[in-house]
Amino acid sequence: MSPQMIDRLIAAFFDTVLMVSASAGIAVLAGIPLAVFLVTSGPGGFFPAPRLNRVLGAIVNGFRAVPFIVLLVALIPLTRLITGTTIGVWAAVVPLSISATPFFARIAEVSLREVDPGLVEAAQSIGASRWNIVRHVLLPEALPGIIGGFTITVVSMIGASAMAGAVGAGGLGDVAIRYGYQRFDTTVMVAVIVILVALVSLVQGAGDTVVRRLRAR
Amino acid sequence: MTGAAVIPLPQAGAQAASAAQAHRIAGSVQFQGLGKTYTSSAGEVQALQDIDLEIQPGEIFGIIGRSGAGKSSLLRSINRLEQPTEGRVLVDGEDIAGLGEAGLIRLRRRIGMIFQHFNLLSAKTVRENVALPLRIAGVQQAEAAARVAEVLRLVGLEGKEDTYPSRLSGGQKQRVGIARALVMRPEILLCDEATSALDPETTLSILRLLRDINRRLGLTVVLITHEMSVIREICHRVVVLERGRVAEMGPVWQVFTRPQHAATQALLAPLTRALPEDLSARLHDRAEPGDLQVIELPFAGEAAPDLAVLAPGLRLVQAQVDPIQGHAVGRLVVLAPQGFDPATLSAKARRLGHVAAND
Ligand SMILES: Nc1ncnc2c1ncn2[C@@H]1O[C@H](COP(=O)(O)OP(=O)(O)OP(=O)(O)O)[C@@H](O)[C@H]1O
Ligand SMILES: [Mg+2]
Repeated sequence: MSPQMIDRLIAAFFDTVLMVSASAGIAVLAGIPLAVFLVTSGPGGFFPAPRLNRVLGAIVNGFRAVPFIVLLVALIPLTRLITGTTIGVWAAVVPLSISATPFFARIAEVSLREVDPGLVEAAQSIGASRWNIVRHVLLPEALPGIIGGFTITVVSMIGASAMAGAVGAGGLGDVAIRYGYQRFDTTVMVAVIVILVALVSLVQGAGDTVVRRLRAR
Repeated sequence: MTGAAVIPLPQAGAQAASAAQAHRIAGSVQFQGLGKTYTSSAGEVQALQDIDLEIQPGEIFGIIGRSGAGKSSLLRSINRLEQPTEGRVLVDGEDIAGLGEAGLIRLRRRIGMIFQHFNLLSAKTVRENVALPLRIAGVQQAEAAARVAEVLRLVGLEGKEDTYPSRLSGGQKQRVGIARALVMRPEILLCDEATSALDPETTLSILRLLRDINRRLGLTVVLITHEMSVIREICHRVVVLERGRVAEMGPVWQVFTRPQHAATQALLAPLTRALPEDLSARLHDRAEPGDLQVIELPFAGEAAPDLAVLAPGLRLVQAQVDPIQGHAVGRLVVLAPQGFDPATLSAKARRLGHVAAND
C-alpha cells in the first residue's frame, strides 16, 4: 500500500468515527426522550397522551420499516436543507441519525418497560413527582439495558455509515468502494474490513464491559 | 366457641392511642362508605364495598382476610396509590380525594410504605435509596445526611451505607425499606405483607423493629399479613375483610378469642393446636367402663391459668396458653377419672369425649 493510501485510510477512519459519533450523540439525545415518552404516555402511563403516543409510535415504525439505503436517498432534500450539501461527513449525519433514533428509541423503550412497576410505586409512595420517577427510577434502573441497546445501535450505525460512504459521504465505506471495489485493490478492501471489524469489536467490548459493571452492583 | 363472659377492659387500641396522644395526635385514618370497583377488559371487580373504619393515631392496626379479600386495595387507598370509586378516605380529618398532584405529594411524604418485595432501587446504594425521599423533597444536604444516618442507626444498618441492595439479605433489604419509609418522619406507616418474603426469625426481628418504632415515634402502623402470628405479636386492633366487606373488627385478643365470623374462624384455625393424634384417634362419645374423660379447659381473656384447679388424679395431656395483649388465650386438655365433674374445674370446662384408660 502506498503512503497516500495509508493517509487516505487514516483520514477515512476518522471520518467514519466522526460520522458515527455525531449521529450516535443525536440518536441518544433524541431517542431517550422519545423512548420515555412512548413508555409514559401510553395507556396506564403517568403522562397519558394516547393520541400523540399512537402518532409517534406510527412514525417510529414507519422509519424503522424503510431500509437505510432508501432512507438515505429519500432524505436528500432534507439533508440539503439542513447541511447545505449532500456529500461529506455532515451530510451523512442527517440520514444516519434519523435512521438510528427510532431504532435506538425502540430498544430503550423495551428496557424502560422492564423496570419493575413496584419501584415506580415505591417512588410514588415517597412523594416523587412524575418527573422524579423518570429521573431517579426509570432511567437509572433501565440504564444497563439502554447502554446495551446503544451498543447495538452504534454497531449497526458503523455498518450503515459504510453504506452512506457509497453515496459520497466519505469514510471507510467510500474508500472501500472507490479503491477496493472499483479499482480491484484487494489490499485496501482487506484493510477496510480489518479496521471495521476492529472498530465494531471495540465498541461492542466497551459496551459489554459497562453493562457488566452496572449489572454487577 | 369458648363462650367466655365478656370482661370489661379498656380497648387496647384506645389505650395505645391515648398513650401516643401524649406526644402526637396526627396519624388517624377514617374510611367512610369506601368502595372500590376495578374496571378492566375482563369486566368489573368489586374489591371493596361499604367500608366504615377508623384507625386511631399511634395504634398498630392489622388487616387480615383471604387472598383477594381487598386488603391491599384498602391499604393503598390510604396514600391514594389506589383511587376509591365510592366513599371517602380522611387522613387526619382531611378528605384526600380532593388533593391535586402537589397536595398528593405532600400527603405521601406524611405516609411511609413498605412492601413485600422491598422495592429498592437496584442502581442506588443503601444510602442513596434512603436519601431519595429527602433529595426529591429538596432537604438540605447536611441535614439529609444526618437524617439518613439517624434512620439507618434506628433500623440497625450502620456500616451498610455504600452497599447495593442486591448484596443484602431479605431482612436487611426490608430494613432499608423501613429506613426509606421513615426518613421523612411520617405519621403513618403502611406495610403490605412486609414480612411475607422473610424467614420466621427475620420476621420476628422486623416485627420487633416495627413495634419499637411504633412505641418510640408514636406513629400509626397499618399492616396487612397472612400470618396470624404477626397480628398476635404486634397489633392492637384488627379488621377481618371478606369479599371486600368488613367481616369483623376489634382488639386482637377479642377477635382472636371469640371470632364471630366464619372467615375469621377459618383464618385462625391454624393457631389452635389440634388434639394429639393418638388421643383423637381413640376418642369416643359414650363412656365404657374404666374409661377416662377428656376435658378441655379453655382460656380466653383471663389472667394466666392457676394450676391449682388441677385436682389430684387429673392428668395434663396438652397445654397451650399464649398471652395476647395481656390476656391469656389457649386451652388445657386433661384426663379425668369417670365421675369427675368438669364444672369443678371451671364453668367453661367441657367434656370432649372418653378414652380407654389402658395406658
Ligand atoms: N388493578 C386491578 N385490576 C383489576 N382487578 C384488581 C386489581 N387489583 C386488584 N383487583 C381485584 O380486586 C380484588 C381485591 O384485590 P386485593 O389486591 O385488594 O386483594 P388482597 O386481599 O390484597 O389479596 P392478596 O392477599 O392476594 O394480596 C381481587 O379480586 C383482585 O383480583
Ligand atoms: Mg394484597
